[in-house]
Amino acid sequence: INHIVHNGGLYKRPFNEDFEETPMLVAVLTYVGYGVLTLFGYLRDFMRQWKIEKCQNATEREEQKDFVPLYQDFENFYNRNLYMRIRDSWNRPICSVPGAKVDMMERISHDYNWTFTYTGRVIKDIINMGSYNYLGFAQKAGTCQEAAAKVLSQYGAGVCSTRQEMGNLDKHEELEKLVARFLGVESAMAYGMGFATNSMNIPALVGKGCLILSDELNHASLVLGARLSGATIRIFKHNNMQSLEKLLKDAIVHGQPRTRRPWKKILILVEGIYSMEGSIVRLPEVIALKKKYKSYLYLDEAHSIGALGPTGRGVVEYFGLNPEDVDVMMGTFTKSFGAAGGYIGGKKELIDYLRTYSHSAVYATSMSPPVVEQIITSMKCIMGEDGTTVGKARVQQLAENTRYFRRRLKEMGFIIYGNEDSPVVPLMLYMPAKIGAFGREMLKRNIGVVVVGFPATPIIESRARFCLSAAHTKEMLDTALKEINEVGDLLQLKYSRHRLVPLLDRPFDETTYEETED
Amino acid sequence: MDIKSMKNYLYWLYCQFELITCSYLMEPWEKILFYTFNVTMLVMLLYTTYIFVPVHISTAFQFFLHLFGNQQENTVSVVK
Repeated sequence: INHIVHNGGLYKRPFNEDFEETPMLVAVLTYVGYGVLTLFGYLRDFMRQWKIEKCQNATEREEQKDFVPLYQDFENFYNRNLYMRIRDSWNRPICSVPGAKVDMMERISHDYNWTFTYTGRVIKDIINMGSYNYLGFAQKAGTCQEAAAKVLSQYGAGVCSTRQEMGNLDKHEELEKLVARFLGVESAMAYGMGFATNSMNIPALVGKGCLILSDELNHASLVLGARLSGATIRIFKHNNMQSLEKLLKDAIVHGQPRTRRPWKKILILVEGIYSMEGSIVRLPEVIALKKKYKSYLYLDEAHSIGALGPTGRGVVEYFGLNPEDVDVMMGTFTKSFGAAGGYIGGKKELIDYLRTYSHSAVYATSMSPPVVEQIITSMKCIMGEDGTTVGKARVQQLAENTRYFRRRLKEMGFIIYGNEDSPVVPLMLYMPAKIGAFGREMLKRNIGVVVVGFPATPIIESRARFCLSAAHTKEMLDTALKEINEVGDLLQLKYSRHRLVPLLDRPFDETTYEETED
Repeated sequence: MDIKSMKNYLYWLYCQFELITCSYLMEPWEKILFYTFNVTMLVMLLYTTYIFVPVHISTAFQFFLHLFGNQQENTVSVVK
């Protein structure tokens, strides 16, 4: 599981990805926990129906009780009875810039998380392990902020129009040229919202009679875009190239389902880093398959742009591949650039087509000028064009933080999913009570984490997801690791059965192998 | 002090039980209901064990004794 044989020389560096299996005892106990909660859920629903207990969730009106029931499916049951009990770990209001440290408003609940009241106290300087602040550009002081403030005073905040009407500013043109240069593609186009970039542009690229091959664990925006387009969708197993090849072969050999005509287009949808698993796509193999079977590749680099690669150009640079091999490179500015919005990069004809036919270009308001300036400044900083080495230092700091943090967590004995180089670190919790307990205990110790449970992950595989940042110093990481160690001992989270031998202080290079003892 | 560390250990074990059975998340009246049910089941199990297990064990013991006892008598008579 640790080392993949270099597939005919496609990989220039070792690809270490690891998804340790759930221990049997832990799985059984998780089901026991969910069973107990389900029984109590039925009891509470019974009491709510017979008016023994006050019903505080949404129900149908009296006149509509005989209609088709709206709230009886599993998702709503889960919402009422399980999610409500641990709801205080989510939607926590923050009241400062989400940098390496963040301030949070304290809130308590007197009726078991149905309503919250603010005590008025602000918890200061919580170490922020949950924000997608990979390169640390979420700052309230610095060159990016000054440039954005200047543009705000020059252009104002609103654009009041779409790109095709009166909303195409010279700032947008400057941004798009810069993005194209950054990625190494011919041309790029920027949109105001990352989710909308996916969901509004995939329908413009494919339609009925086309085939979409999408990864099992793709983001909701990709799934929505694929469904809106009307193309046939087939799912391949997560990051599994044999599954993808089989689907491609079947598609070419059998063609469309009823008429047996060849597909008009085959589009493969993958992401650079999958945010729930922390895994990196096997891009060299996907590109080899794409060329062999003559299909198109749509790469969503939402989490990997700025976070991977020696100069932060994303997963294509991480593997040392040619950006022209990827037909549509999509990404967002929300994660590494500290702004908001998305972009699509590719050949000039493709982008010119999208400028005319994309729903986002025609109907969505264009990006706000200060946001555009934040992206321009941060991108120039990463590329080194502002004359300093701050950008390069940040990219290297992120890589070091990632390796250090992952190695230390694995040594402590937690089960960590994903690739060794991805800055998204999921730590497995499994049991439902531990989801709530972990969030609360970490907040007591002044560390803010994001815990993820059922609808976003399979029901027994709940996890805590850490997002590392270049703004985290080694001291912050050490504090966080010490607290995670304590909480791990308190809640018994150290499930891993592979014990990692602590590495000596050697620099990590291609010849350093993981030493494991089972 | 050994007593203190023993008490801490027992409290930690209780916390683990709470987390695994999700009684950590329950409201107090639900906890009382759950613990009452569990303790009742446990007490009934122990009571059943106390009543039936000695009887079963002594019956099984007598059965095996009878089996080996017969063999001994047979060998003795053959040798004679």
